[in-house]
Amino acid sequence: MESYEIKEHDVLVIGAGGAGLRAAIEASAQGVSVGLVCKSLLGKAHTVMAEGGMAASLGNTDPRDNWEVHFRDTIRGGKNLNNWRMVEIFCREAAERVAELEEWGALFDRTKEGLIAQRNFGGHRYPRLAHVGDRTGLELIRTLQNHGIHQGIDIYMECCIVELLKEEGRVCGAFGFWRESGQFVVFRAKSVVLATGGLGKIFRVTSNSWEGTGDGHALAYRAGAELTDMEFVQFHPTGMVWPPSVQGILVTEGVRGEGGVLKNSEGRRFMFDYIPDTFAAETSDTEEEASRWLSGDPEARRPPELLTRDVVARAIRSERLAGRGSPHGGAFLDIAGQRNAELIKRKLPSMYHQFKKLGNLDITTTPMEVGPTCHYMMGGVRVEPETTMSTVEGLFAAGEVAGGLHGANRLGGNSLTDLLVFGTRAGFHAAKYSREQSDTIEPSKQLLKKLEKLALEPFDPERTENPYGLMADLQETMELHTGIIRESDEMEKGIELLQALKIRGERLHVEGNRQYNPAWHYALDLRNMLCVAETITLAALKREESRGGHTREDFPESSDSLQKVNTFIREVNGRMIHEHREREPMPEYLKKLMNLPLKEG
Amino acid sequence: MQNSFQIENPNPSFLETSRRDFWWIEPFFTAIGLLAFVIYSTWAAFQNEHYQWESYLSPFYAPLLEYDWWPFSPAFLILWAPAGFRLTCYYYRKAYYRSLFLTPSACAVGGRPQNYRGERFLLLFQNLHRYFLYIALVFCVILSYDAYISFTFKDGLGIGVGTVIMTLNAVFLTAFTFGCNSLRHLVGGNVDCYSCVNFGHQRYQAWKFVNIFNMNHMMWAWISLFWVGFTDLYIRLVSMGIITDYRIL
Amino acid sequence: MSETLFKIFRGERAKGELCGYSVEVTEGMVVLDAINQIQARHANDLAVRWNCKAGKCGSCSAEVNGKPRLMCMTRMDELPLDKPVIIEPMRRFPHIKDLVTDVSLNYEINQQIRPLKPKPREADGTYRMQQKDIERIQEFHKCIECFLCQNVCHVTRDQQVQEFAGPRFFIRIASLAMHPLDTLNRLKELKDVFGIGYCNITKCCTEVCPEDIAITDNAIIPLKERVAGAFYDPLALLWRSLTSVSK
Ligand SMILES: Cc1cc2nc3c(=O)[nH]c(=O)nc-3n(C[C@H](O)[C@H](O)[C@H](O)COP(=O)(O)OP(=O)(O)OC[C@H]3O[C@@H](n4cnc5c(N)ncnc54)[C@H](O)[C@@H]3O)c2cc1C
Ligand code: SF4
Ligand code: SF4
Ligand code: FES
Ligand code: FES
Repeated sequence: MESYEIKEHDVLVIGAGGAGLRAAIEASAQGVSVGLVCKSLLGKAHTVMAEGGMAASLGNTDPRDNWEVHFRDTIRGGKNLNNWRMVEIFCREAAERVAELEEWGALFDRTKEGLIAQRNFGGHRYPRLAHVGDRTGLELIRTLQNHGIHQGIDIYMECCIVELLKEEGRVCGAFGFWRESGQFVVFRAKSVVLATGGLGKIFRVTSNSWEGTGDGHALAYRAGAELTDMEFVQFHPTGMVWPPSVQGILVTEGVRGEGGVLKNSEGRRFMFDYIPDTFAAETSDTEEEASRWLSGDPEARRPPELLTRDVVARAIRSERLAGRGSPHGGAFLDIAGQRNAELIKRKLPSMYHQFKKLGNLDITTTPMEVGPTCHYMMGGVRVEPETTMSTVEGLFAAGEVAGGLHGANRLGGNSLTDLLVFGTRAGFHAAKYSREQSDTIEPSKQLLKKLEKLALEPFDPERTENPYGLMADLQETMELHTGIIRESDEMEKGIELLQALKIRGERLHVEGNRQYNPAWHYALDLRNMLCVAETITLAALKREESRGGHTREDFPESSDSLQKVNTFIREVNGRMIHEHREREPMPEYLKKLMNLPLKEG
Repeated sequence: MQNSFQIENPNPSFLETSRRDFWWIEPFFTAIGLLAFVIYSTWAAFQNEHYQWESYLSPFYAPLLEYDWWPFSPAFLILWAPAGFRLTCYYYRKAYYRSLFLTPSACAVGGRPQNYRGERFLLLFQNLHRYFLYIALVFCVILSYDAYISFTFKDGLGIGVGTVIMTLNAVFLTAFTFGCNSLRHLVGGNVDCYSCVNFGHQRYQAWKFVNIFNMNHMMWAWISLFWVGFTDLYIRLVSMGIITDYRIL
Repeated sequence: MSETLFKIFRGERAKGELCGYSVEVTEGMVVLDAINQIQARHANDLAVRWNCKAGKCGSCSAEVNGKPRLMCMTRMDELPLDKPVIIEPMRRFPHIKDLVTDVSLNYEINQQIRPLKPKPREADGTYRMQQKDIERIQEFHKCIECFLCQNVCHVTRDQQVQEFAGPRFFIRIASLAMHPLDTLNRLKELKDVFGIGYCNITKCCTEVCPEDIAITDNAIIPLKERVAGAFYDPLALLWRSLTSVSK
């Protein structure tokens, strides 16, 4: 057995995206010692890619907005499946968390009065997204990063966690390796905050970065924590579709927020044909009304392009199946016809740049071709709303890896604020929990030995499987069998295929040595990816209805009885146990908000 | 505070690069352009004749300061000012550091090994650029006045080719001066919060205005440089009688 | 579809050589796609950093045909494909393996910069800032920390000056110095600790910046002017000492 480097902290935060950084900052403010681990360099986490903005009912741009309307919008967008207590906390605390960033140097675009300006986004009744052009995530992560490095947090970059350490039913640290040297490291901690982000990389077409391999979901699952709502994967309606090498890269919803319209090959604004009943009352039904809205008429209703993401993604798919798609199998997104070139470049600079550079296309004159791309994981580790503690003692989770807030479908912009609100809570409560523990538990020698062996297995020369090949096959399997539109036979086949892939996963082989070896990193990631792929497929198979991000060909309608339940998955004696459990009913004072008469004028 | 940051890799040797484009073209032509101007202007300043014709006055000799106690060409009494202005101009600094000093000659091409001190020690005088700017602003007025005078001929008002050339010279020099980085700093660049200070809005507008010229400062630098030499050459040739000035009006 | 030869620097700790790999080029492909293809088909353990593949995270910096660039934003059709495409790691930073270098130095420099010290909030608990007051620094906030500018800057790359923060950190200091809320004066450390005087404004940082930030013109030169005003302007110094005596 090798000798390991050992790092000891009160709180260990895994993940340095928005959620992890915010948690570390908060925990450190509570006066405990904090370690922050991330797989890539600091400031490169997925959060850096977020574009459109972060939702908070500041009421700067439209004073009619408040947390109650935000609550209503979020639950509606989540198709009533959200954990209402989380949503309540979220909407009440959002504004304060966003405002705090300014003190740390963030520079949001301003209103005329000099306050934080807000933009429209799908599913939000009022302009609500604080933003910086179309690079809000960059501003968020850089602000937290530059503030965080002065808070006495120990930051461990390019360190990958392989497994959580658990003794006596409590989490007591994590086992990982330095990517640079390949050497192992043991983190001992009284509590652990998971903030590892999403899992989009298990699909072929995705807007997610290399890191989105569902590590946190799998780590928690294997540590015995319960996962919730795993069937709900968000497919963003507008990803790039051409050229092939950029397929999936996100085209921000901000394009539609700034007035962009969707058209089919016949030039029709087809979204008018797909307005669901629940939103009919607040969506404009003529192009004339939609253009009045764009020019700022408060009486006009929102254009149908700003319906929730699930609706738009399905509409684009239907148009394509009906033969009215764009040449490369998407739809046309046109902002050139709506706004002048100067405004487009100012409000959407990175979109302009991205298309110019990668697609050879000028969005100020030409419509973009877009199609759905896997974007966000609504489901995740089940957490206590107040404390963000999972079902395992001492294990907390925040950000995309946690489940419950977004229900069946996340509203754009709610994620970045989620990172701040629940990141703060996770940091606070993890610190509190750690202080209450008298001592750190020591992980046993056998456990470490077992993990070491497991991590080094891929170097076994007897093995043959290429990790890159397996990764591609997994992505293809998920795309085909558990993609946007799901069907029971397909998914059953998918589960079978996943079993076969898992067997191949046990034969993964990598060449070379342990120093900065991407094949080895992939091999270890694949273990997590295969695990979460299975939970998603299982959860999707069992939910026999269509709702939000989960669409079943064989059950196209929503079911009233399934509306009451959420999905829970956990591991018991090495087996994956699936369960539907009823949610607590929403208390009266929140129920009232759902039918809130909207103040007009 | 720690104030040295460790570097481990061996430095690239002089002119070492993996670049495969024609990276040497730019420094090569820049060097030729700068040297050609320096040679011509020095020669012209030494001439001490043929700098005037009728109401035309060569910019190398403007303002014309002819004193008995000064034994040399009057050009030397004034040329230090525009020369110093251009020499300390941020754009020209870039141009000659690259093309003449070769530190570096082009990006990702190994620089000249030397005891490199940047713009410290001897080169601290570059910081006096703002004083040359003050003088240059006066020169803009003087050259504009000379351009105005060039509309007067023995037989009254008129416009000759030389008039046009001298007017353009004043315009180009002003466009170059208005894009000066020191001016940009003085009019508004040094303000952190325009909405918090007196005349903030005006200073913001002024800063924006200077930005317009500043964006093309390199272009104005070359146009005005070429043109000032050309103006001298034109007047010189006319006064030498090699060509005759054409009267447009 | 066509084949092109790639020559990639492979090795550890600065010892290594260019290795040739053949790549199948398809429409719209970028250099990073080629690297990923080589990993999948020929060299499993080829070390490279990348995250977003959309020019947003600044991880995939390298030198393509000798020019510092983001691999994910360099289209193959911009390069002459009849000759081998040469990919090397950033030269300025200590080499780790293949295309990966040790950029931790940059994080250390950043640590030395004093964070924002904002003035107090308004009575209503907000901060008021006008768009015109922040648009200048918003440009600096576009930086994705790809460190290409740090890599190309000759002051460290060729001349090995140690007391020099580098362009990325000049724009960071500029974004603080010009911040409407900041209350610190950062000019002395800019001159003495971060060594702005070593920059000879030759603009290579601006040339390579993938975010098109006008690093030299909008950050470094204005900072140099501020430093000149504070330390090298004799009349201003005289004026300041006179007014401070009379107080
Ligand atoms: C293109 C794009 C645009 C988006 N736009 C918006 C938007 O406009 N508004 C909005 O609200 N949301 C948006 N989102 C969603 C939002 O960005 C993400 O949900 C959010 O950033 C997730 O943040 P996080 O902190 O949970 O995790 P991440 O930012 O994903 O960070 C995960 C961290 O965990 C670390 N990590 C992971 N696994 C391990 C391991 N095994 N060991 C050690 N460390 C590990 C990683 O290194 C990383 O530091 C967008 C997403 C994408 C992809
Ligand atoms: S302009 Fe200054 S900071 Fe930028 S590359 Fe040149 S010397 Fe370095
Ligand atoms: S300033 Fe530009 S080149 Fe330098 S690190 Fe930032 S994005 Fe990269
Ligand atoms: S900077 Fe060029 S003239 Fe002042
Ligand atoms: S991979 Fe993120 S910038 Fe290239």
